[in-house]
Amino acid sequence: MSVTVRLPGALAPLADDARVVAIEVPAPADVSTVLDALELRWPALARRIRDETGAVRRHVNVYVDGDDVRSRSATSTPVPDGAVIDVLPAISGG
Amino acid sequence: MSVLLAIGTRKGLWLATSDDRRTWSLDGPHLLPDEVAAVGIDTRRDPVRILAGVQSSHWGPTVLRTDDLGASWQETEQGAIRFPEDTGAALARVWQLQPDTDRRPGVVWAGCEPTSLWRSDDGGETFELVRGLWDHPHRTEWMPGAGGAAVHTVLPDPASDRVVVAISAGGVYASADGATDWQPRNSGISAVFMPGPAPEFGQCVHKVAPDASGHETLYAQNHHGVYRSDDGAATWTSIAEGLPSDFGFPILTSPRASGTAWVVPITSQMVHVPPDGRLRVHRTRDGGRTWVEAEQGLPDRSWTTVLRDAACVDDADPTGVYIGTRDGCVYGSDDEGSTFSTIAAHLPDVLSLRAVTLA
Repeated sequence: MSVTVRLPGALAPLADDARVVAIEVPAPADVSTVLDALELRWPALARRIRDETGAVRRHVNVYVDGDDVRSRSATSTPVPDGAVIDVLPAISGG
Repeated sequence: MSVLLAIGTRKGLWLATSDDRRTWSLDGPHLLPDEVAAVGIDTRRDPVRILAGVQSSHWGPTVLRTDDLGASWQETEQGAIRFPEDTGAALARVWQLQPDTDRRPGVVWAGCEPTSLWRSDDGGETFELVRGLWDHPHRTEWMPGAGGAAVHTVLPDPASDRVVVAISAGGVYASADGATDWQPRNSGISAVFMPGPAPEFGQCVHKVAPDASGHETLYAQNHHGVYRSDDGAATWTSIAEGLPSDFGFPILTSPRASGTAWVVPITSQMVHVPPDGRLRVHRTRDGGRTWVEAEQGLPDRSWTTVLRDAACVDDADPTGVYIGTRDGCVYGSDDEGSTFSTIAAHLPDVLSLRAVTLA
């Protein structure tokens, strides 16, 4: 299945300068599945979003179709076919 | 001869160069807007390699390197420092990047938070966790200092397999076998924040530096207390008498003259400003028996702080001494700390300084 990941400008250089990337992942998928796929293509990008334990970094927000994954199941949040995932820097990070 | 001074700050890195240590050219900012808390300059390589411990408030920590004096920066694709899965830990910050000596070509050490020591054998491109320290039974009892919990000082002995580290707040630890087995080495160092007599470990040692004669003699700036060891850290003796305060963060030693060291006193553990608001560097030439204050070129009415790694010496003759402040100033001396002049001002908080001579 195909999902779209939208990246902030600060991370685009780590994704071959793309602000919007299409990712193919096997179904069923969750946020960690999508981040695994990003890591295969762009390890430094994935490292900016999550740490070695797999947790999304404290001052990074990830949304699935507009829902903050922290209010759902974090990286276990299901990702449906065609979902749009937004990665954004949190204002708590300054 | 020219001198390269790397200035790591809360927001970016500057590279200062000078042919006479009086007039400086400042190149930067590099790596803006990220924090650069650790800088290492590896002069064993040609060209020289600068390593930077970088921290983004959003995107986390990483190690970057440049082999062209900042014209371009490289990052190891899989990440230079990554905790193995079995540790359940994640890198929080790189506090120290210490190239080893000619005895161990290619070896670079990293001190990190959470409290951990790392070793690279490829010039800082990839690091492995030093398990001997990570698995040490004391680790779960080490406490964070005000800045966090980390290995902040790594001193590989150029003449043996000994390595000494300093930990906030765990104290001094030494390995005689190249970082496999570790023992606490804090006898004589106080811990004013703990009740009772000073413990075997857990001291908040701020910085340790080796004497020019070799690593049998070491100096320590503690959380209250300035010490010297003459037996490779086995025991420590106070050398604070004559200083306006025994509290401070950095301690520097001459790479040339045995018995020569510098400290930057702060009023107390509760009041982190220079005594009487006068930023001063104090030098000893006799192993701490006596101290001389340097004031020329340093500010009066200064309420800033010099952090533990925001100070360094170079390897020129006479030795250059450099300090950087939390109010964004860098002061340098070309006469072994007798007089200072301003190298830079209005930078972000200075976190790390390293200086080397370039051919």
